[in-house]
Amino acid sequence: MKHMKTVADLKALREKLQSGMQVRNHEGTTIIVGMGTCGIAAGAREVMSAILDELSARKMQNVHVEQTGCIGMCEKEVLVDVLRPGEDRITYGKVTPADAKRIVDEHVINGQIIKDKVVARIVRK
Amino acid sequence: MKELSLNILDLAQNGITAGAHQIDIEINENENGYFIFRIKDDGCGMSEEMVKKVRDPFVTTRTTRKVGMGISLVDMMTAQCGGYLKIKSQVGKGTLLEAAFDKDNIDRPPLGDIATTMKVMLLGAPKLDYTFTYKVGEQGFGFDTRQMRQELGDLADFTNPDILAWVESYIHQGMKDLNAQG
Repeated sequence: MKHMKTVADLKALREKLQSGMQVRNHEGTTIIVGMGTCGIAAGAREVMSAILDELSARKMQNVHVEQTGCIGMCEKEVLVDVLRPGEDRITYGKVTPADAKRIVDEHVINGQIIKDKVVARIVRK
Repeated sequence: MKELSLNILDLAQNGITAGAHQIDIEINENENGYFIFRIKDDGCGMSEEMVKKVRDPFVTTRTTRKVGMGISLVDMMTAQCGGYLKIKSQVGKGTLLEAAFDKDNIDRPPLGDIATTMKVMLLGAPKLDYTFTYKVGEQGFGFDTRQMRQELGDLADFTNPDILAWVESYIHQGMKDLNAQG
């Protein structure tokens, strides 16, 4: 079992993180991906992965990504919620990895809601 | 679910919902002719009565729907592949799920993308601890988030995309070194 190798790898990872470290805070936008059985069967894993990759590529430091269980709208999975501080909470439905990239670029970063993918909206009180 | 790694992601959520502090994932491509995965949690566990009926898709602790498919699906799949599903649980201690498939059965879904599954699993509940073990027979590799926390100290933030990317590529490399077939 290769646990010895893990320790050496971890030391290298630590050095890499220290050199590139910026403060990561979570006061910004929240993205929530539905990860119930229905969501997973519909491809939520790939959507979550695409969101992470795009956030990484765009060097977004203050976006908080979470998962949730089944909320009962199974036929619309994969569901992705975007909550920008001070704005309405938008739920996107039937999200593909390509849509996920657009959601990050257009909505999360630029504040442009992708109207034809919206399935629910909670108005900010 | 076209890949067993999706079932693993799905079933691990049960442990997280059960309030686990640690989830252990073990995969062995060839344990005495079986392809096996084990998911262990230290959450609230199930009563003997619940363990007896939990394979029924109409038995669930979910409140949004009356159906819970995760365990039922894996139960069906193991039966179709000359395997078995063992569920051991104790209230207050946790649960162990062991799913075995006849290794060479044509109906066995491939393991698929376990690296992305682990990445997403870690991100989904980043405060928990996880161990991951991948074996082909006696050979294997793995990681342990407790060890990672020890080594990384304050830098150990499992929502950090750089750490998640590291875990992903660590798994890919480990599986490549083992000549894993999935």
